Amino acid sequence: MTANGENVKKKQVPFAIKDCALAAIAVGHRAQNLRELRDHLIRVHSSCIYYHFWGGLLRPGFDDPEYNNDFASWAYHGLHDTRLAEQLGVIDPTEFNDLEALRQELVDVVEERLDESEMVPWARADQQFHFIRSNIVVFDTHNRIETPPELTAAVRDMSVGSIFYHFIDARRRTKDSVDDFEAWLTGFGNEYEKLADRIANIDPYFITLAELRQQLVTLLRHYFDSKAKGAKK
Amino acid sequence: MSLLDDYAKITGEAVIGHLKQLAAPLKGMKIVHVNSTRVGGGVAEILTKLIPLQRELGIDSSWEIITGEADFYQCTKRFHNALQGSQVSLPDSLLKVYEDTNAKCAEELRSKLEEADFVFIHDPQPAAILKNCPNRKGKWVWRCHIDGSHPYRPVWKYLKNYVVDYDASIFSLAVFSQVLPHPQFLIPPSIDPLTEKNIHLSKKEVKKVYSRFNIDPHKPFILQVSRFDKFKDPVGVIRAYRFTKKFIPDIQLALAGGSASDDPEGEIMLNEVRNAAADDPNIHVLLLPPDAHRTINALQRASDIVLQKSIREGFGLTVTEAMWKGKAVIGGDTGGIRLQVINHHTGFLVSTPEGAALRIRYLLHHRDKLFEMGQKAKEFVRENFLITRLLRGHLTLLVGLLHGTEDRIELN
Repeated sequence: MTANGENVKKKQVPFAIKDCALAAIAVGHRAQNLRELRDHLIRVHSSCIYYHFWGGLLRPGFDDPEYNNDFASWAYHGLHDTRLAEQLGVIDPTEFNDLEALRQELVDVVEERLDESEMVPWARADQQFHFIRSNIVVFDTHNRIETPPELTAAVRDMSVGSIFYHFIDARRRTKDSVDDFEAWLTGFGNEYEKLADRIANIDPYFITLAELRQQLVTLLRHYFDSKAKGAKK
Repeated sequence: MSLLDDYAKITGEAVIGHLKQLAAPLKGMKIVHVNSTRVGGGVAEILTKLIPLQRELGIDSSWEIITGEADFYQCTKRFHNALQGSQVSLPDSLLKVYEDTNAKCAEELRSKLEEADFVFIHDPQPAAILKNCPNRKGKWVWRCHIDGSHPYRPVWKYLKNYVVDYDASIFSLAVFSQVLPHPQFLIPPSIDPLTEKNIHLSKKEVKKVYSRFNIDPHKPFILQVSRFDKFKDPVGVIRAYRFTKKFIPDIQLALAGGSASDDPEGEIMLNEVRNAAADDPNIHVLLLPPDAHRTINALQRASDIVLQKSIREGFGLTVTEAMWKGKAVIGGDTGGIRLQVINHHTGFLVSTPEGAALRIRYLLHHRDKLFEMGQKAKEFVRENFLITRLLRGHLTLLVGLLHGTEDRIELN
C-alpha cells in the first residue's frame, strides 16, 4: 500500500534517474546571410541541429523565448524576416524520426524562402549566426523510482539536467520519440494510460526547465490525489 | 560546514548534487591553472574560488602564476588590446621578451605542468608555455577571457601559432571564437556570491560609503566600477553624466576602479578621466586598492543605477555583480554584456553616451521600473552566472575531453 492508498504491483523495472550536462562547442561556421545559413545547414554535424533546437533550455536565457529554435530567432532578430521566422518557428522537432529528417525540413524551408526572395536576406556584421554543437554528458544519479506514485516526490527533487534528459532528450532516444516518463508508465499496461497521456500533452516549448518540472509535479500530484480520493469512495 | 554546503544555501541542493556526480570520474586528477596575476581583474577572482571548489570535489587542482619584467607586461597588454581590435605595434624585441619569459616560467613549472592531467592556461600571457613543455602527458586548454571577436590580425596570427597546439580552448561567447583545429568550448564566466565583493551587507555598512566618499544619499547616484581602461569608456560615462545633468542637476557619479598589476596603461587613462571630470564636485573618481572588495560591494548597493558603458568587453563581471545586488544595468552593446543585460528586462544596452543619458533619465523617473528590472536581474544571475554554473561548465568540458568529445557520453 502506498501513501496514496493504492495497491501497486511492481510490473516494471525501476525508473533510473539520470542527469546530464550539456557542453556548447563552437564549430567555427558563421552565416552572414540566408544562403550561407542554408549551405552550413546542409553540412554541419547533426549535433548542431540538436543544440540549436534544444540547447536553449540549458543555457542562459530570459523569459519565454519568442521562437522555439535558434534558426527562427535569428531569422527574426538577425535577418528581420518575420515570415521566415514564423515558418521556422513552427517546426516541431519531435515530429521527425531523426535529426537528418529535421535538417532536411530546415533546408527545405530556407530554400523555399530563398526561391521567393528577390534579394538574399542578410544580417548586420555583428548579427551573424554562429553554429554551435552540443556535447552531452549523461550520468546515473543511482536514485531509482520503484512505483509510479513515487514519481511526484522524485520529479520535485530532480535537477533541471534530469528534467532535460528524461523529458526532452528522451524524444531522441525512445522508440516512439516519447519522454521517459511516458515510456516507463506505458510499461505498466493500461493502469497508467491516462497519466501517460497527460504527461505527453505537456508542451515543453516556451517554458524553462524549472517551470516544466513544476508543471510535471502539479500534474502528478493532482493525478495521484484524485486517484486516492476515488479509491476511498 | 563545507564550502559546497554554503553554496547549496544559495543555489539549492540539486545543483550541488549535480556537481558532485559530474566530478566523480575526475576524482584525484591533477589540474593546474596558470595565469599572470593573483590579484586584480576577473580571472584572478574566478580562480580564487574555482580552485578550492574543485578541490572539495576531490580534484587535485592548483594555481600557478607567471611573472615577468615591465617589458613582458607591455607586450601582453598590447596582445590584450590587439585581441580587442586595436592596431598595436609589436617590435621583435618585445616579442623576444614574451617568448623568453614564457620559456623561463616553463622551466620553473615544467615538472608540475608535464605531470598534470589537465592544464588550463588563462589568456595570452602564459600561452607560449605549452611549446616549452614537449613531454606533457595531460590535456591542455587555453582559456581566453578576452573579447576576440575582431582581433588585430597580425597579432592574432602570432598568438595562434601557440594556441593551435592546445587540445581545446574556452571562449565566453560564440562570437569570440576563432577558426582553430580543436574544440572551442563556450563557457560564460561567473561571480562568487560568497566573496566580500558580493555577500550581503547590512544597511548600516552600505550607508557608510556615502559619508566616506562625500556622496549625498538623498540625491540620485550612478556608478561605474571598472579598471581605468579606454575600452571601459570612463570618459564616455562622464559625458553621459553631463548630458543627464542638464535635466537632473543634482545627479552624482562615481567612477570606481583600481588597476591590475599586469596593466601598465591604467595610470594614463586615470589622468584622462581626472581631466575630464575637471572640478565637478559631483563626479567622484575613486582609485581603490585591489582588495577593496567590500567597499565596491557597498558602492554597488548604494547606487541607484550601475553603468558599464564598455566599447569592448570580454564578459563584464562588474555587470553580473551589480545585477546580483538587484541593480538594473545600463551597459555598452558589446560582448558579454549582451548576454546579461536584456533590454527592458534587466537593464538597457546603449551605444553612445547620449543613449546612456536617455536611459539614466528614464530609469530615474520610473523608480518602479528600476526596482522591477533589478529584481529580474538578480534572479537571472542566480540561474545563470554564479560560480557553480561555471564549475559545471568546467567539469563537463573535462569529462568531455576524457572521452574524446564524442557527442554523447554516458558515464556509469
